[in-house]
Amino acid sequence: MKGEKDITELQKICLEVRKDIIRMLGEAGSGHPGGSLSAVEIVVSLYFSVMRHRAKEPNWKDRDRFILSKGHCCPLLYAVLAKCGYFPAEKLLTLRKLGSPLQGHPHNIELPGIEASTGSLGQGLSVANGIALAGKLNKKNYRVYCLLGDGETDEGQVWEAVMTANHYHLDNLCAIVDRNRLQIDGNTEDIMHLEPYPEKWKAFGWKVIEIEGNKIEEVLSAYRQAEKIKGKPSVVIAHTIKGKGVSFMENRVEWHGKAPKKEETEKALEELNAAVSLRTK
Amino acid sequence: MELESTRDGYGEGLLKLGRENKRVVVLTADLGESTRSHWFQKEFPERFFQMGIAEADMIGTAAGLALSGKIAFVSDFGVFVTGRVWDQLRVSIAYNNANVKIGSTHCGITVGADGATHQAIEDIALMRVLPNFTVIVPADAIEATKATIAASKINGPVYIRLGRASLPIITKETAEFAIGKAELLKEGKDLTVIACGIMVHQSLEAANVLEKKGIFARVINLHTIKPIDREIIINAAKETGAIITAEEHQVMGGMGSAVAEVVMENCPVPMKRIGILDSFGQSGKPEELMREYHLTADDIVKEAQNILKRK
Repeated sequence: MKGEKDITELQKICLEVRKDIIRMLGEAGSGHPGGSLSAVEIVVSLYFSVMRHRAKEPNWKDRDRFILSKGHCCPLLYAVLAKCGYFPAEKLLTLRKLGSPLQGHPHNIELPGIEASTGSLGQGLSVANGIALAGKLNKKNYRVYCLLGDGETDEGQVWEAVMTANHYHLDNLCAIVDRNRLQIDGNTEDIMHLEPYPEKWKAFGWKVIEIEGNKIEEVLSAYRQAEKIKGKPSVVIAHTIKGKGVSFMENRVEWHGKAPKKEETEKALEELNAAVSLRTK
Repeated sequence: MELESTRDGYGEGLLKLGRENKRVVVLTADLGESTRSHWFQKEFPERFFQMGIAEADMIGTAAGLALSGKIAFVSDFGVFVTGRVWDQLRVSIAYNNANVKIGSTHCGITVGADGATHQAIEDIALMRVLPNFTVIVPADAIEATKATIAASKINGPVYIRLGRASLPIITKETAEFAIGKAELLKEGKDLTVIACGIMVHQSLEAANVLEKKGIFARVINLHTIKPIDREIIINAAKETGAIITAEEHQVMGGMGSAVAEVVMENCPVPMKRIGILDSFGQSGKPEELMREYHLTADDIVKEAQNILKRK
């Protein structure tokens, strides 16, 4: 999968993934659009440009690993995995249905390409640390990426893991925080004050890279920068727009965990299709 | 009589495993010496991970190591490595079916003077309800070493319940240890005492006292609580007609409850569960606490005589 795609190509994939997310959630009737849409560029860049991985050989030993710590945003990961060829795209519409491998939160036993089951917030970074430690122990060159929500970092376990990654100098680990500034109950700063946010990570010994997380070129450059850091872990604090790409969902907290109804699904897809045709002109 | 704690047996098991299997790694949360995992640390420092006083993160890290092909042994006190991190055990380990083994020391009230905060007496209940987990309670140090090694040979999460107190060695080095297969320690026809951990020794003593009174008690060491040996339990119910269970744990949800589930569904006979009755422990010497909470051979003898009247 490694090999640079140009930025226009990646932007096109992002639009397709956004359409898949809307279709899946519309069909499922429940789920989390806001945080799935905000992190599209973050995950698409990884799977289509940065990470070494093989869709036909999901357990390839030298693959780079991705852990979705904010497991509720799995529609995004499922859409990306399907597009990479991990499983047939038709499966996407089985999201959250009885017997589907596309569980409401990701389950690694059910679906190829899922490294670890997540969904109970705050646990993914610890798991990523373990995978990174094993990489060091086995003298493997793989890198480990872990995506967290900003609200998720209210959890104490995240900061335990932040200490561990620094203590063990896990420079093969790159955390990404989707800093969309909203969580279920409201604005992150009203729910549990996070700022000064980059300073917190810096104080814990991490290399901090702050970017506009919905801009592909900035996301790619952040990953390239992180790869070069030696002796400590890196965190990309990605400032994003929750619900990005669907006008009526953008920056609206009520779209954290609510699926679009039929007419809303159609409206969202119309908007995204318009963006596609604009881009192909 | 030779005395040794089950945590010592665990530490020896880790050391043996470290020598024979490079995939074995060990983690602790600032309790290396107390859990005897520091013996492994001394010999294999590169495979030992000190995680600080941060148990939740330790569980996740162990899961990550296991998902990358390691056999991860987490060494910590029972109270901190079960209830405190139960959701991490549930999602990061059990749901992932991660190959993590929990070496849970300082279980039961025989922790002694540290008191209730440090006495895990709910852990069997908490762990046996988690899918994919195997739950083992060794009866002495020899069995603890065997259980540690056996745990490494199965792919999936295992909980090993260990104690701080020195115990008599009652099993034989040569005895076969198979996960899920309970051990018949003494034949008997009048009733069966099913015990685990420290209570196995007390049950054997009780059986000897009962024998002098003309009562013949079968004694079973139920070292694996899950998967449970249904056959040995059902046969005991059918052949002896009365069952007493004895554990250093709450009777609610513990080993006795697990036995009762099998008996009730297959061959209901009079039962009595000996254990801690819905209370916390307290500070004291281990032997004082055993008496205070009615966990002695004498208590088993008394209940055996009572249960015979219900047959």
